[in-house]
Amino acid sequence: MPHVVVISMVDEILKVINLKKYFTLRRGLLTSLIKREPPKVKAVDGVSFNVKRGEIFGLAGESGCGKTTTGRCILRLIEPTSGKIIFDGRDITNLSQGELKPLRKDMQIIFQDPYESLNPRMRVHDIIAEPLRIQRICKSRREEEEMVMKMLEEVELTPPEEFMNRLPHELSGGQRQRVAVARAFILKPKLIVADEPVSMLDISIRSEVLNVMLRERDTYGTSIIFITHDLSLARHICERIAIMYLGKIIEMGDVETILQEPKHPYTQALTAAVPIPDPDHKREIIPIKGEVPSALNPPSGCRFHPRCPYAKDTCGKIEPETITLEDGRLIACHLYTRK
Amino acid sequence: MPLLQVKNLKTYYQTARGYVKAVDGVNFQIEEGEVFGLAGESGCGKTTVALSIIRLLPPGGRIIDGEIIFNDRNILTMSEEDIRKIRWKKIAIVFQGAMNALNPVIKVGDQIVEAITTHENVSKEDAWKRTEKLFEMVGIDPSRAEDYPHEFSGGMKQRVMIAMALACNPQLLIADEPATALDVIVQAQILKLMRELQRKMNLSMMLITHDLSIIAETCNKVAIMYAGKIVEYADTKRIFREPQHPYTRGLINAFPSIRGPKRKLISIPGTPPDLLNPPSGCKFHPRCPYTNDKCKKIEPELKDIGERHYVACHMSW
Amino acid sequence: MSLQRLMEEHIKSLREFANTFFKNKFGVIGVAILSVFVFMAIFAPQISPYNPMDVKSIGVGKPFSPPAWIKIFNKDIPDDLVFGIMGTDELGRDIFSQIVYGSRISLTVGFAASFTAVFIGTIIGLIAGYYGGIIDEVLMRFADILLIIPGLPLMIVLAAILGPSIRNIILVIGITSWPSIARIIRSQVLTVKEMKFVEFAKAAGCGDNYIIFKHILPNVMPLVYVNAAINIANAILIEAGLSFLGLGDPNNISWGMMLFFAEQYQALLRLAWWYIFPPGICILLVVLSFIFIGHALDEILNPRLRLRR
Repeated sequence: MPHVVVISMVDEILKVINLKKYFTLRRGLLTSLIKREPPKVKAVDGVSFNVKRGEIFGLAGESGCGKTTTGRCILRLIEPTSGKIIFDGRDITNLSQGELKPLRKDMQIIFQDPYESLNPRMRVHDIIAEPLRIQRICKSRREEEEMVMKMLEEVELTPPEEFMNRLPHELSGGQRQRVAVARAFILKPKLIVADEPVSMLDISIRSEVLNVMLRERDTYGTSIIFITHDLSLARHICERIAIMYLGKIIEMGDVETILQEPKHPYTQALTAAVPIPDPDHKREIIPIKGEVPSALNPPSGCRFHPRCPYAKDTCGKIEPETITLEDGRLIACHLYTRK
Repeated sequence: MPLLQVKNLKTYYQTARGYVKAVDGVNFQIEEGEVFGLAGESGCGKTTVALSIIRLLPPGGRIIDGEIIFNDRNILTMSEEDIRKIRWKKIAIVFQGAMNALNPVIKVGDQIVEAITTHENVSKEDAWKRTEKLFEMVGIDPSRAEDYPHEFSGGMKQRVMIAMALACNPQLLIADEPATALDVIVQAQILKLMRELQRKMNLSMMLITHDLSIIAETCNKVAIMYAGKIVEYADTKRIFREPQHPYTRGLINAFPSIRGPKRKLISIPGTPPDLLNPPSGCKFHPRCPYTNDKCKKIEPELKDIGERHYVACHMSW
Repeated sequence: MSLQRLMEEHIKSLREFANTFFKNKFGVIGVAILSVFVFMAIFAPQISPYNPMDVKSIGVGKPFSPPAWIKIFNKDIPDDLVFGIMGTDELGRDIFSQIVYGSRISLTVGFAASFTAVFIGTIIGLIAGYYGGIIDEVLMRFADILLIIPGLPLMIVLAAILGPSIRNIILVIGITSWPSIARIIRSQVLTVKEMKFVEFAKAAGCGDNYIIFKHILPNVMPLVYVNAAINIANAILIEAGLSFLGLGDPNNISWGMMLFFAEQYQALLRLAWWYIFPPGICILLVVLSFIFIGHALDEILNPRLRLRR
């Protein structure tokens, strides 16, 4: 009897394959006549990862590593320079904006800045209802009103009647972010890109926004790509994490594994640098030289080699391949590449 | 004798709608060689405390009451001339976001030289030599004093600001969120630098921040501020091991840690109070899980509960 | 929300706005002065004793008669040498009537010209700012050309070519005023375009028209209103200037034209202050009232335009 192999229906909601985004810098007329190649900022330079259904996937790194640009490319808010984005089994890399529109029901975004992400002239009701209106979901005003009220209750902005007619400037930062969460979840999307959703909020209100997000995720099974620079937070929220450096993913895997036993020298330095809210804990800071170089002229070979305490000759010449280790993590480092 | 003693400081801002009670009766002291942390979220008044100490309040701000005793003299009763002798020379401050306040068209070295020559009677050459030494002290190649601010990264600019603050060898350094805008690796470098400098120069430091992790690592003593008042004040280790005030507990619980057991993140319900019309009694009572009638009527005073641990809360110990 | 509640919401915000507006000293003074002139313009036939365009109004008094009330200061002046509230002009027409009817021209030209300029300027500013690229370049170069050409000579030439009429004056002012408005609107559009709520709408799948009308325009309107008010002041001044230079519509009497005739018939030499001051002061007051209103609007609307707390 031949084996019948059942291939499960796409377990991955998102597959990103070798995504690249280069920004070309504008130059004056003379410079463009003299030099042939315009300078490019290689913000994202070959990034590949998968996100499973219902998973919270962290995209972490310091500023300038390309995590925000990656998030935007996935939603096609910025056009990728090359690579493939496969969303729910479908290649959306080259779809026109018109073809993308119906798919946008299933992918949404939450921004970092609670003050800039809501239109100051729109009332909370209209802000949350906006995706419904753009996608023409509701058939009547009453249906729309009910959906909005339900979302307000889910994000704990109660009583909903009181919040429906408020303007953004009448809300606190935490309340605004919860409106942003309501707005993102109202279409019950399959994927949400959350770009540093709590980093501009006071510490004591962060978890109320995060808990609301987690509850919504549990209710609707939405996958979340959680972009952050705060590793302590990523540890608490994410299930898997990818660490980015200068446009590349250098280590990726289960969040506890990566953060408690980092193997890539950069991840090691990064996790050692995170301050711990415990005065009895003595930290060993791993000294690495200098600061993150510019993405205009990234170092040759492994991007991290000029600062790496373990750098060898090969590191400056050849870029390390991404390989899978025994514990399941992916890593791009010559220390682990077998000949 | 402590280096700095703040007694019952009250600083209010006058606005069109009334007085904002930014600092409403704050007491603490800093010993020589100590690193003192002032912790709290945005709007709690910590920056106003710092500005009150050097008497550089923005328009509308007035120190209504209190004493600030520095080196046995009350800063609040000093003449403008006297306080100018103290600013920068005895008490220096690194403001929040100061690294963005560097003049972009003047060489960095010249800016420090200007700070030195303004406060001390030294020649430009001597001041420049001192600048180069300062650069070495903060870990920057002295030849970079000839560069302009835009040629420096964020972390390096912050080092420059620290160098500038230490230019006149102050006794007390006030740092307001010195590492907040920086990436975590650079942040660790800057904090390490500050700790080293503090040890080498036997500097007293007042570190103002919302980040309890930084306080845990750097400070000897910490005061937690809420709505213009200090709600808890003790040695750092004591506060983290046995936090008494409900706000302190809530705040500590709200900080996720990258090490140690993973626990659920808890938030403090509600929002920080409006300082124009603060709540009656204990300002934290609307958000406190243990509120009772007394809390709503009477404001708790800072009580000594033993081992130099002070708490302002009605809950009995 | 039911229709009734929607209306209630709208009225409530209008009332709130009126409350805030009238707390502003500038707003109150500006509206007070303006309402006098608006009243004057609307009820001109009722207020004014004569119709200055009517042939019958010529010679109702002796030419260049001072106003009647100077008799309080100088009792010896004979009755037939004084006339009315503001005296007479070179043809013996009542000046007060001319002032009253003149308000109609000034206000009409002011509103219409400003509306034209703001309308054109806003549309061009929106398109240039939103679409950017070559459309922006072309439109802005065009605006720049109009901005470079000196204003008054251009207007004189255009008015001379098109011929003197109210409609042409309105056109001339509209055509020469839109570029600066377009620039202002365009830079605001550039700012709003980058705001995250616009990006969200795009992420939700909306098109360009939606963004322009639902997000950008409402956030640009306060700027439009402020500019409109100031533009009206500008338009009134320009009309007065053009009329003073003799390019005004001879079929109508405006304050600027009064000054034109005053100059032509040497009112200054004759010390006919009642011919010179009233139109000048009226222009001043109306222009001032719009500037005050614009200032009040700016103070009220713009703090909220700053989208940060």
